[in-house]
Amino acid sequence: MHIVDRRLNPGGKSFTNRQRFLRRAEKLIRRAVHDASRDRGIEDLENPGEISIPIDGIREPTFSHANGVRRDLVLPGNRRYVEGDLIDRPEGGGGGSGGASAGDGNGQEDAFRFVLTREEFLDIFLDDLELPDLAKRRLARTEKESLQRAGYTVSGSPANLAMTRTMRMALTRRIALKRPGRAEIERLERELEDADAASAVEIRAEIERLEGRRARVAFLDPIDLRYRRYERVPRPITQAVMFCLMDASASMTEHMKDVAKRFFMLLHVFLTRRYERIEVVFIRHTDQAREVDEETFFRSSETGGTLVSSAFVEMLRIVRARYDVESWNIYAAQASDGDNLPSDNDLAVRQLADQILPMCQYFAYLEVCGPNAELSTYDPQFGSTSLWNAYAPLRKSFQKFQMRRVSRREQIYPVFRQLFARKGAEDRAK
Amino acid sequence: MNGPLLFSGKDWNYDSLRRIHDAVESIATGDLGLDVYPNQIEVITAEQMLDAYASTGVPLLYRHWSFGKRFAQHETTYRLGLQGLAYEIVINSNPCISYLMEGNSATMQTLVIAHAAFGHNHFFKNNYLFRQWTDASAILSYLAFAKDYIASCEERYGQAEVERLLDAAHALTPQGVDRYPRRRPADLREEQRREKDRASDRERLYNDLWRTVPGRKATASKSDNDRRLALLGLPQENILYFLEKVAPRLEPWQREILRIVRLIAQYFYPQQQTGVMNEGCATWCHYQIMTRLHEAGQIDDGAYLEFLTSHTNVVRQPMYDEPGYSGVNRYALGFAMMRDIARIARDPTEEDREWFPELAGSGDDMAALRDIWANYRDDSFIAQFLSPRLIRAWRLFHIVDDNDSPKLEVGAIHNERGYRDVRRRLAQEYDVAANSPNIEIVDVDLVGTRRLTLRHRVFEGRLLRVASALSVLEHLARLWGYEIVLQEVDATSDVVLKQHISSPPK
Repeated sequence: MHIVDRRLNPGGKSFTNRQRFLRRAEKLIRRAVHDASRDRGIEDLENPGEISIPIDGIREPTFSHANGVRRDLVLPGNRRYVEGDLIDRPEGGGGGSGGASAGDGNGQEDAFRFVLTREEFLDIFLDDLELPDLAKRRLARTEKESLQRAGYTVSGSPANLAMTRTMRMALTRRIALKRPGRAEIERLERELEDADAASAVEIRAEIERLEGRRARVAFLDPIDLRYRRYERVPRPITQAVMFCLMDASASMTEHMKDVAKRFFMLLHVFLTRRYERIEVVFIRHTDQAREVDEETFFRSSETGGTLVSSAFVEMLRIVRARYDVESWNIYAAQASDGDNLPSDNDLAVRQLADQILPMCQYFAYLEVCGPNAELSTYDPQFGSTSLWNAYAPLRKSFQKFQMRRVSRREQIYPVFRQLFARKGAEDRAK
Repeated sequence: MNGPLLFSGKDWNYDSLRRIHDAVESIATGDLGLDVYPNQIEVITAEQMLDAYASTGVPLLYRHWSFGKRFAQHETTYRLGLQGLAYEIVINSNPCISYLMEGNSATMQTLVIAHAAFGHNHFFKNNYLFRQWTDASAILSYLAFAKDYIASCEERYGQAEVERLLDAAHALTPQGVDRYPRRRPADLREEQRREKDRASDRERLYNDLWRTVPGRKATASKSDNDRRLALLGLPQENILYFLEKVAPRLEPWQREILRIVRLIAQYFYPQQQTGVMNEGCATWCHYQIMTRLHEAGQIDDGAYLEFLTSHTNVVRQPMYDEPGYSGVNRYALGFAMMRDIARIARDPTEEDREWFPELAGSGDDMAALRDIWANYRDDSFIAQFLSPRLIRAWRLFHIVDDNDSPKLEVGAIHNERGYRDVRRRLAQEYDVAANSPNIEIVDVDLVGTRRLTLRHRVFEGRLLRVASALSVLEHLARLWGYEIVLQEVDATSDVVLKQHISSPPK
């Protein structure tokens, strides 16, 4: 008898099969994920999600009987009946009382429910989104260099010793210098055994000469050593910075903040998953703006008036200090309830039009309303907040400027998808 | 009598597993006289158990999306807590591999070793179906070969291509098993081997379609129709076998994959036919072994009570009108019948003597059981050994559900008049071959359209489910390469009730 402990074996044996299944049902799953995301909270992004897809697409058909004219059942537990009794059919047409009998395949399920992991869910959900117009590419100076094989060298670290090449060099040298082989000496030694005294002396001398040569011409010599050579190759990378601007003033109700936070959280998840080289800057503002860390941005609250321009000033300052416009793709998303100090509107729009939009790749403005507000996200004419009215003309002059309105949390996903949909991807998702 | 305890508490380690195995083994092979393959016990985690579920219990199966689907399904129900996992999975191989869950307590491991590593193991080694149809010593290496072969096909011909083929093969799996052994010459061994070689050579070289190549006059005439069918081995109920040997448009690798699917299906077929007996045998064995361990003082009262709790859960049979009822529990039926047989052998009543004259009072219950385990399958087992006493105890009754009548009719109950009817009907429910659609290939038009004709013999008006039948035919048409016709023919009157046609995609 053997006992084998398999617990430490690498798990995930079903991983490939699972992936094949996901790929097989890709269209169905994609639709299910988008349906599911409509009514999921953002914090649910942290949890694996159960989704359900129609079974039709993944059915494995076999020949099977439809219900015939007559069925026979044998059941346990008869207490009342005698032979020949007639019984009313139970509700639901199960045939036998107390549930369908096993294996008759009467009710085939029409949906297949299973759980996607968080990774799988996000992969599918964010699959066809991207930052638009990632245009500026440049050669970075420092860290983004990679090593590339570039032939052989005669010096290097032992770890890079190219064994095959070294042995080949040694063999070449041994042949060129006529190093005697062991077989040759062994042959002479055999001759020596049955040789007479005279020739024995000769043979011995010959063996000695060969041995001497073997000793002088080494099997492996330092000049044979070859090492793999690497070169550093600069690699073009795309780098981007995302500015997240949020109004944190008193006029933003808890509900609005909640919606805005959800939008940014989604944005954050999207950016950090999709782009390795992306920096995110969080700026929150009341009547004055400051750069904060992620935690503060999402969690803490402040009070004060509202000056949108203050946030733009802060953003410009940061860009000047840290992000060279020539080499960085700059994106910005702003969330606000649309209230701004009326006298500040002109300034804000001017800053946006003159300074910020020209240097940005993309600017998204998200206006959050109260939960009961009549929605007009898609109606360009509608818009009653002062900021919305002030921004509206910008859309005509700048394609990269987009604005949307959201009032309830379930609208976040669709709006987010609209904002970042890859061109042509919308059709695929349908 | 008090022996040293095998373990105390619920923890176990490899030493105690070994002690448990040895103690169980001495009872199993000594007292019960079981004859088993050597055991290999593997400890696995819950996730690995889910993996094993997904691939129908065998450790290394080729890759296919349907196993991923099954995995997702089990995982979901398991995570939601709707389903517990089995305590073990056992594989019909030599050595016999049992997977034990790491989360089992020491008592449960004892139970599982007794149940799987000895009960099922004995059944696998001795039942005639397994002996006839499965090769326990070769299965693991065959599965490994199949996995590698299919993986290499995926590399050469593309994953999509192989997947389409496997989809089609899976759809035909139920029609890919031999229900009866093929005819073999009852001659000397050597003769047989040479004939087989010759036959396989002929099969390899022979393809009837060659005669249809233009430019040569077709030699087959209507008159030797029978001979033609005989040459093709028609009618043939094993569709996968027929395709593998005859289908004109398959590449050699495609034939090999069909063969793999067919052989694996054949390997599992006996398990479908012996569910009640197999579980009954294993359950009866573990009950005997655990009880004897307790009597010998090798497990303590606490462990024995834990075992009884689990055991009674397993063999519980809810009555038809209780909430948890979902058909007959095969553990319960199997265990109850094994107990009943042992009782009849040792301590029969007058009734038993009348019903089972050969079995009653034979005295050696183990010998009787071992003989039954070796020589029956579910339907024959129930038809032969379901006793009136057990029918009364379970209060079994037979109901006729006729679509034409407004009410259900009670056909028979547990009384003198009803025993035989109830027994016969219950046995029929376990007749795998009779319950799956009777479909066979009856003809192929080799000189003309190459159309393949299938026939479904319809009993009691049970036609095929149309939607799934059409999907299967689509798969079949793709494999065959030409048109397929499936006729549904009434078994008694030979009237064609329905006809389905499917053509391969252009």
